Amino acid sequence: MQSGRTRTAEMPPWPPIRQSAWCRGGVVPADAARPRVLILACGALARELGVIIDRNGLAGFDVECLPARLHSRPEQIPGAVDRHLRRVVGRYERIFVAYADCGTGGRLDEVLARYGVERLTGAHCYQFYAGTDRFQALHEEEPGTLYLTDYVVRHFDRLIWRGLGLDRHPELLEDYFGNYRRVVYLAQTENPALTAQAEAAADRLGLILEHRYVGYGELEPALVDITAPAETRVATA
Amino acid sequence: MDEIDEIYEAVLDGDMRATPEYVQAALDAGVSASAILQEGMIAAMNEVGRLFEEDEYFVPEMLIAARAMKAGLSILRPFLVDAGIEPVGKVVLGTVQGDMHDIGKNLVGMMLEGAGFEIVDLGTDVAPAQFVEAVRNGVDILGLSALLTTTLSSMESTIKAIEEAGLRGAVKLMVGGAPVTDGYARKIGADGYAPDASQAATLAISLIA
Ligand code: B12
Repeated sequence: MQSGRTRTAEMPPWPPIRQSAWCRGGVVPADAARPRVLILACGALARELGVIIDRNGLAGFDVECLPARLHSRPEQIPGAVDRHLRRVVGRYERIFVAYADCGTGGRLDEVLARYGVERLTGAHCYQFYAGTDRFQALHEEEPGTLYLTDYVVRHFDRLIWRGLGLDRHPELLEDYFGNYRRVVYLAQTENPALTAQAEAAADRLGLILEHRYVGYGELEPALVDITAPAETRVATA
Repeated sequence: MDEIDEIYEAVLDGDMRATPEYVQAALDAGVSASAILQEGMIAAMNEVGRLFEEDEYFVPEMLIAARAMKAGLSILRPFLVDAGIEPVGKVVLGTVQGDMHDIGKNLVGMMLEGAGFEIVDLGTDVAPAQFVEAVRNGVDILGLSALLTTTLSSMESTIKAIEEAGLRGAVKLMVGGAPVTDGYARKIGADGYAPDASQAATLAISLIA
């Protein structure tokens, strides 16, 4: 039997994404007091969190991001979140995790329950950007849909094209997308350059593009709420 | 390198051209079809699974290895049949309604085929009624795959539909896919869960034993 043999392959490197300023040093609290709230976020949300923080004038909390590459290895998300929470738990009054379930099948929730920490509702970012009902309707309308967000459009080449090895193995296109009928771009911003990139992405996959402007969906109210002073919070996210 | 080593390496490298050639060469050299399958191709796919676990292979490496094994199997299949190896059972596989992920399911299908099962693959986005129909037509094991948290509920509704059709006793149900856990499988009334394709084959054999 050969099953004991092992091999190490050269993995395609994940080209580094420039970490947003929000994720590097955290947000300087407005009153210069030590922040009591931490938002621990998926790196894929860094830019969007920055925009929401800016336009709502939110302050008084820290933001830390885990690597966006975990998105493609969801089985590693609960462990990574657990390790991070263990390090910081005593330092904050409130911690909020800006992840959805993200394909962890409830394993992330098990970790969060141990710390009494909340997360974004829903299954994944496509759902909380579009809104649960709208996402469900879109998905029922055409299950063979690939969704894009601003983040996915920006990093399409790295995440999808090279991430799925289509640069090295274009013959796999049919294996991946043979059952797909369309691409729906759930746009956070109205940005013609990104729309053009989304069109080019759909084109590369041989699929038609539908553009839907959805903004930040459920992410924005969740963030505004979690960063509000405890007495003014209206709901748990 | 002997013939089996060559097949093992070719599958591991995802070499779709060399794998069938090596399989043919091994057969010509008198190596048994089942040794080629078990010690060459299945052992290689088990190693691919391990490398995936260890973060050293990712989805494309896994897919090209699977393609190479498929190409090898197309040469080998008639010899397995000639060797009088009867299918050990019939498995119907499908990805549940609303879900189009099929890489894992296809791998499970290949490993089950390697373990001697006859496979009927219903594809992706399979409605509960289609699964019920397949069970009605006679099958030993039904394998349901789901990769989206949002489609886990389709797994549950499929099992309910089979119960409501009065067919639950007629089939063993196994479930899998990244968000599925042993606990979830139990909760929805499946007979078994496996985290990967090679354990799926072991599970299937135990379910019909
Ligand atoms: C490749 C991939 C895709 C490919 C799928 C191509 C294809 N033809 O299948 C593409 C890019 C098209 C895709 C699309 C989408 N995907 Co996707 N995808 C993945 C990814 C990266 C890998 C899945 C995979 O193939 N793994 C390799 C195989 C071998 O592993 P596996 O499927 O787990 O199967 C093994 C075991 O689970 C088990 N098993 C599987 N089935 C069965 C069945 C039985 C009976 C048994 C016993 C065992 C068993 O054995 C298998 C072999 O070892 C995962 C992340 C991840 N690592 O899981 C995301 C992931 C599953 N996708 C996700 C999402 C959100 C989507 C999209 C909505 C994204 C989008 N931008 O539109 C769409 C939706 C597609 C749809 N309509 O269904 C999320 C799900 C999140 C959630 N909460 O549900 C994940 C987790 C990524 C993430 N973290 O966000 N995806």
